[in-house]
Amino acid sequence: MGKLIGESVKRVEDRRFTTGTGQYTDDIVLPRMTHAHIVRSHLAHARIRSVNTAAAKSADGVVTVLTGEDFKDIGGVPCGWQVDFKDGTTMHEPKHPILVADKVRHVGDAVAVVIAETKGQARDAAELVEVDYEELPVVTDATEALKAGAPQVHDDLPNNMVFDWELGDQGATDTGIANAHHVTKLEIRNQRLVPNAIEPRSYIGDYDAARDFYTLYTSSQNPHVIRLLMCAFVLELPEHKVRVVSRDVGGGFGSKIYHYTEEALVIWASKQIGRPIKWTAERSESFVTDAHGRDHNTTAEMGFDDAGKITALRVRTDANLGAYLSTFSTCIPTYLHGTLLQGQYTTPAIHISLNAVFTNTTAVDAYRGAGRPEATYLIERLMDTAAAEMNIDPAELRKRNFIPPFDGVNQPGYQTQVALQYDSGNYIAAMEKALETIGYQDLRREQEEARKQGRYLGIGFSSYIEACGIAPSAVVGSLGARAGLFESANIRVQPTGKVSVYTGSHSHGQGHETTFAQLVADNLGIPMENVEIVHGDTEQIPFGMGTYGSRSLAVGGSAISRSLDKVKEKGAKIAAHLLEASVDDLDFADGKWTVRGTDKSKAFDEVSLAAYVPHNFPEGMEPGIEFNSFYDPANFTYPFGTHIAVVEVDPDTGTVTLQRFVAVDDVGNIINPMIVDGQIQGGVAQGVGQALLESANYDESGQFSTGTYMDYAMPRADDLPSIEVSQNVTPCPHNPLGVKGCGEAGTIGATPAVVNAAIDALRPLGVTDLEMPLSPPRVWSAIQQASA
Amino acid sequence: MIPAAFEYYRASSVDEALALMQQHGEDAKVLAGGHSLVPAMKLRLATPEKLIDIGGISGLQGIQDRGDHIAIGALTTHWQLESSDLVQQKASALSQAAGAIGDVQVRNRGTIGGALAHADPAADYPGAILALNATLVIRGSGGERTVAASGFFTGLWETAVQDGELLTEIRIPTDAANANSCYLKFPQPASRYPYVGCAVAMTTSGGTCSDVRVGFSGVGESAFRDSGVENAMRGQAVSEASAKFAGDQATNGRSVLSDWSVSEEYRRAMAKVFAKRALLQVGR
Repeated sequence: MGKLIGESVKRVEDRRFTTGTGQYTDDIVLPRMTHAHIVRSHLAHARIRSVNTAAAKSADGVVTVLTGEDFKDIGGVPCGWQVDFKDGTTMHEPKHPILVADKVRHVGDAVAVVIAETKGQARDAAELVEVDYEELPVVTDATEALKAGAPQVHDDLPNNMVFDWELGDQGATDTGIANAHHVTKLEIRNQRLVPNAIEPRSYIGDYDAARDFYTLYTSSQNPHVIRLLMCAFVLELPEHKVRVVSRDVGGGFGSKIYHYTEEALVIWASKQIGRPIKWTAERSESFVTDAHGRDHNTTAEMGFDDAGKITALRVRTDANLGAYLSTFSTCIPTYLHGTLLQGQYTTPAIHISLNAVFTNTTAVDAYRGAGRPEATYLIERLMDTAAAEMNIDPAELRKRNFIPPFDGVNQPGYQTQVALQYDSGNYIAAMEKALETIGYQDLRREQEEARKQGRYLGIGFSSYIEACGIAPSAVVGSLGARAGLFESANIRVQPTGKVSVYTGSHSHGQGHETTFAQLVADNLGIPMENVEIVHGDTEQIPFGMGTYGSRSLAVGGSAISRSLDKVKEKGAKIAAHLLEASVDDLDFADGKWTVRGTDKSKAFDEVSLAAYVPHNFPEGMEPGIEFNSFYDPANFTYPFGTHIAVVEVDPDTGTVTLQRFVAVDDVGNIINPMIVDGQIQGGVAQGVGQALLESANYDESGQFSTGTYMDYAMPRADDLPSIEVSQNVTPCPHNPLGVKGCGEAGTIGATPAVVNAAIDALRPLGVTDLEMPLSPPRVWSAIQQASA
Repeated sequence: MIPAAFEYYRASSVDEALALMQQHGEDAKVLAGGHSLVPAMKLRLATPEKLIDIGGISGLQGIQDRGDHIAIGALTTHWQLESSDLVQQKASALSQAAGAIGDVQVRNRGTIGGALAHADPAADYPGAILALNATLVIRGSGGERTVAASGFFTGLWETAVQDGELLTEIRIPTDAANANSCYLKFPQPASRYPYVGCAVAMTTSGGTCSDVRVGFSGVGESAFRDSGVENAMRGQAVSEASAKFAGDQATNGRSVLSDWSVSEEYRRAMAKVFAKRALLQVGR
């Protein structure tokens, strides 16, 4: 390891982000550009009798108005992952049209688009579009939607089922529960959330008739994936005639992975009108059209023997996928949720049975953590509840059940009951460090004292595991993924020794321009400022899969590492030629190749120059130094950790105040500790948001009652204490960097710790369960009911 | 987030503003700091054809000590009230209510006159204005009149300001109770508007409450003085028990607002909790 890896180098991209000089999609202004405004349904479920666009078409500045009729013969946006019914029947996959013609299925469904000279003119004319609706009955809850007689979201897809699915050994699990000394059972509602990226989605479609060439500027986490889906499934465009550009993107949290209808809309319509079209979501539209997260109704049971060892875990979940299937919606409750139910424990039998369900709501897909928070939440809520019921300390109960340490090298990986094989883990170490950091024994005494004074302190645990670095293409392919999940990196050494890195990963806030540059500069022994990280443009980068699932460093960084090996190998050959030495006699250090035992050396920039000025190259040696790598990992990575929350609850008002939060995470090797700390802290803030504040709610008529920040509570700085973060290091055994990924850990770990802490605080008052978010009215009501 | 088209007029004096209001009648809305009206316009919840901007009228700015009362111009910003030494000392409930509104950016633009004339049932000022026994100065084409705070809030989004009139000044008596006043806010987590806002102004003598005024914001259709709490507290030695008893009278006999995020039962219970806390804060 050199001197840059492991250093908290300040983020080089932050200068432009913090001075307003980044270039987001909405900042781009093209000549002759028009503006789109989409007419959306205000109803959750209604048949469209007619759409009258005459008045809108004749309004000032209007170029054209399009409706669902115009898109009848054009494809819908596809789902990227096929999960079939238990009996092998193909999953139900309705068309998700660019504009709907027959009926609207959720508030925000797109009915028409007005394209005009200015944004204001498009907005004004949109009010003149008259849609005649016939209202239909509405269902918004997954469990309700499965009941006989429930309203049908898609007329031809019975019972609102997308698919049913199971994983694990049902017989062994039923036996394990039946024979258990103690069974803990919880009904869990993991509520729906809105991702709330700070930059609304924004797209520009630009068709160039002269070249017969399309350019899409998009706020996407994965431009190549968008290009592939749009070209192959929706518009049937030749992929080599389409460029997708996604440069600066203001946050995604998963919501910008998916191919959205508006992307295809601006591209297709741009060709129709022969001019570029920009569409940028208003915040109100973001609330009802960005794919939401979570929304599971779960019954979970965990059996224990008389020594407090887990005997079995049984899970029944209804997962709400919304009105249409978003790109990865089907794999979230299945392969990123059911497969994580082993947690950190030696549970010998696990079974999950799950229904994926259509409802009259916005589509649900991955949101930071994606399936893993749902799995962690139910396991960790069961653990703290069981500990209280069996009168065992919650830390002790976990210790009795942890999988023993294994490094994946000297000890094999851990084969779970739910398909995955963990790479390496040391769960007890993270727990011990968290207990020590928080001062556990003293804290329990303090809690005791506080109770005597009528103050309600609570301590909550969460020991989470996640599957990241998604993942081996062969594995995901066997599970139904319609894409590979490798990553690419091209390194171009310029003649002057400067280095351009073209990564298939995508940064939308993560800091790749810093972390990747540290990795490259450290390996090549050159200054960081000599390295440029390029991402987000299909005309520049090799085919890449983008960023989600905490995969950038583990998969994208590993691809860079592979290309670095190739660069150094080629550089050594050139240096050997220049030094008239054998490659075997050269050492590479501090940016130069030295003939071992001599002072003869060639620096990186000298070798680079020679590579492009090959006046005396030997026969057979190619000029230039440029290498591409595609890296497909051998396994997922499995970061883990223990989080402990300390809260105080005001019993008079039900207010839960987070006093301390300790996060001990193990994300493998670390390149930039500051960025890792920041990712964990931001993730914890989002996890606390779900626990205490956030909830996306529909009323009985399917209206979205939390569609503004007046109603949807986001965590703010004053809701959070200073988060105490630290890391253990258990390297990943199967990738060249030994890294596991840190983007989602905070979100996955934090939520159950906070809820467990609040319940721990209120147990003396008889409260044993609380539903998220722990809003003051809800907590107050629980206290009232418990004491009644 | 683009408002519908509107005509814009900027008044440089109260007389000019009144003339413009008379000229344009119901088509026109008055724009002060714009922190309620402009967001509503951006969402097209409000689509006024004309705006009369009074923000540039210099005579409506500022805080003056007039001996027996503090005079506050209608265009005085929340931040000016929050940070004024005079207001902090003589009418701390008002200063605290101002400091509880929105965020710094909002407090730098929003005005007390705009907020009071808007009469949002969830606004912070009204309860404080009631507890402080303020007088409001209203000007119309016929001249100037004054209204006591207790007669100002007439219903949901409604005040004593009539069509063609402007709220120009708020007068806060500099009495002993106002110097010993507070505003406690229990905010809804998303909007940070109050579940309950409770203002109390109290005079004490030897640990006994000799007089008290209690105003609530955000609880009912409009802000109100709660005589039940006042009567239960007046003449009592201030203690945990007496404050709890008095607080428990809060909202009795009154209707209370509820919505999807907060039930009537909860809001009523919180009014009692915060009345007690506010009474103890100024009574000790």
